[in-house]
Amino acid sequence: MFEIFGISSQALFGQLLIGLINGSFYALLSLGLAVIFGMLNIINFTHGAQYMLGAFTAFFLLQHAGLGYWWALIIAPLVVGATGVIIERLFLQWLYKLDHLYGLLLTFGLALIIEGTFRNFFGSSGLPYSVPSALQGGQNLGFMFLPNYRAWVVVFSLAVCLTTWFVIERTKLGSYLRAATENPTLVRAFGINVPRMITLTYGFGVALAALAGVMAAPIYNVSPQMGANLIIVVFAVVVIGGMGSIMGAIVTGFGLGIIEGLTKVFFPEASNTVIFIVMAIVLLIRPAGLFGRGA
Amino acid sequence: MQRAIDIKGADATRPRSEAIAFVLMAVALIVAPMFAYPVFLMKALCFALFACAFNLLIGYVGLLSFGHALFFGWSAYVGAHAAKVWGFPPELAILSGTATAAGLGTIVGALAIRRQGIYFAMITLALAQMMYFFAVQAPFTHGEDGIQAVPRGRLFGSIDLANQTNMYVTVLVIFLGCFLLIYRIINSPFGEVLKAIRENETRAISLGYKTERYKLVAFVLSATFAGVAGSTKALVFQLASLTDVDWPMSGEVILMTLVGGLGTLFGPVAGAFFVVTLENYLTTIGQWVFVVQGVIFVVCVLLFRRGIVGELAHLMRIKL
Repeated sequence: MFEIFGISSQALFGQLLIGLINGSFYALLSLGLAVIFGMLNIINFTHGAQYMLGAFTAFFLLQHAGLGYWWALIIAPLVVGATGVIIERLFLQWLYKLDHLYGLLLTFGLALIIEGTFRNFFGSSGLPYSVPSALQGGQNLGFMFLPNYRAWVVVFSLAVCLTTWFVIERTKLGSYLRAATENPTLVRAFGINVPRMITLTYGFGVALAALAGVMAAPIYNVSPQMGANLIIVVFAVVVIGGMGSIMGAIVTGFGLGIIEGLTKVFFPEASNTVIFIVMAIVLLIRPAGLFGRGA
Repeated sequence: MQRAIDIKGADATRPRSEAIAFVLMAVALIVAPMFAYPVFLMKALCFALFACAFNLLIGYVGLLSFGHALFFGWSAYVGAHAAKVWGFPPELAILSGTATAAGLGTIVGALAIRRQGIYFAMITLALAQMMYFFAVQAPFTHGEDGIQAVPRGRLFGSIDLANQTNMYVTVLVIFLGCFLLIYRIINSPFGEVLKAIRENETRAISLGYKTERYKLVAFVLSATFAGVAGSTKALVFQLASLTDVDWPMSGEVILMTLVGGLGTLFGPVAGAFFVVTLENYLTTIGQWVFVVQGVIFVVCVLLFRRGIVGELAHLMRIKL
C-alpha cells in the first residue's frame, strides 16, 4: 500500500474500480439507447425499468426455479427482450410517424407503470442477490484488493460492448441495420423486412439493459428503484457522447464512470453531480457532443 | 362609442370563443369555493399555472422540457426561505422565488437550446436532476424535512393571508393575471414567431429570425411563470420540499398538459384540475398512483393526443 496525493492507493484504486463498474453499466445502457434511437427514432425512457426487470428476473429465477447467476445471464436478457418485442408491437410501432417527443412520453409512461407495479409488491428496500460461487473472493494486487466478481463485470461488459460494436460496424447484418437507419424505404425496396428488423433491434437494445441488470444484481441489491435514477445519468452520458457513434457511446460510458469514481476520491460532495457538470461543459464547448454528428 | 369600436376590432382578430371561455372559467373559479375546499382549489390553481407555463414552451415552441420541476421547486424553496427566515412579506417572497426561477431558467435555457429535439428533453432532465442533488445537499432546504411552517404573512402589509378566503382570492388573482399575460404573449408578434419556430425552424431562420434568442426568451418566460406557481404553492401549503424539485414533478406537469391538450390555451388548466382531482381520490392507493399516471400517459399518447380541451375544440370547431 502506498499513497498518491495523500490518498491511500486502496481508496484511489477502489474508487477507480467502482467507477469502471458504473462505467460498464453506463456504456451498456447508453449503447442500447443509441442502437434503439438509431432505428426507432425513439428515446427509450423505459430503459431504466428494463434494467431493473433484468435484475428481478435473475432474482426470480434463483428464488423460484433454482437457476443461478449463469442461467440468469442467458435467460433474463431473452425474457426481457421478448417483453420488449411485445412492447414494440403493441405500442411503439404506432409512433414512428409522429414527433419524437411522443415516443419519449409513451416510454416514460411505461416506465412509471413497470416501476410503480414493482414498488407495490417489493417496496423500496433492496433484495439481496449473492455473488456466484465461482466468482467469490478476490486477488490482492499489492496496491489494492480486487474482488473477482467486479473484475468479471468490467471484462464481460467490455466484451459485450465490443461484440455489439463489431456486429454493427463490421458484419453484413450490421450493414443492413446501418443502411436501414439511414434510409429505411430504400432498404425495404431491396427486399429486406425492415419492420421486423426494427422490432428485433428494440428487443436487442432492451436485452442489453436486462443483461446490465443481471450483472448489477450482486453489486447493488435488486430494488424497484435501481433504474429510475440511473436512466437520468445515462441520458446525460448520451448527451455528452452523442448518439451517432456506437464506439462513442462505449468510450463515453467508461470514461464518465472513471471520472465519477475519481471525483468520489478527491471531491466527494460533487460525486452525484459531476456527470451533469461535465454535460454542461461539453454543451458549452462542443454542442454536438463528443462523438456527435450535428445536433 | 370609441370603446364599442375597439371591442369590435378586437373581435375581428381574436376568436370570441376564447373570451367566452375565459369569462366562464373566471366565474366558475369565483364561485368554486362554495362547492369545494379552498385548499384543494388553490393547489389545482397553482398546478394549472405551472402547466400553463410548461405549455408555453411545448405547445407554442415545440420544446419538451423534462426538467420544469427545477423552476417550480427552487422557486418554492427560495420563496419559503424568504418568507420564513428573512421575514419577507408574501408579495416579496413570491417575487424572490420568481426571480430565482427566471435566473435558473436563463442558465438552463442557454445550455439546453444548444441541442435540438430529443436532446433538449434529456438535457433539461439532467440539469434538473443536478439541481435536485444540490437541493438535497444545501443546508437551507433542510433535506428530507423541507422548509416547514412557512408563514403566509400579510399581503402589502394589510391583508392577512392566514385567512383562507384572502389566500384564495390572492391565488386566484395571481392565476388569472398570469393566464392573461400568457395569452397576451402567445397572441403577440413574438408569439407568432414562436409558433413559426414550432412549425418549421429552418424556415424561420431563413426568414431572418434569430430563433435561438426567441427560444431562450420563451424558455425564460416559461421558467418564470413556473416560478410564480412554485413560490405561490409554497405559501399556500406553507411547505417547500424535495417532492417539488424531483423528476416525478416534471413528469406530472407534462401529464397535466398532455391530458388537457398540448398547445391549447385552456388545456393545461383542465388537465391540472383533472390530475389533481384524480390524485385526491387516489391518495389511499399509495404507489399505484404512479401506475395510474403511467396508464394515462400511454392512453393519451396512443389514442388521445389532442387532450380534453383539444378534443372539445375539435368537436365544436372553435379555438380554445
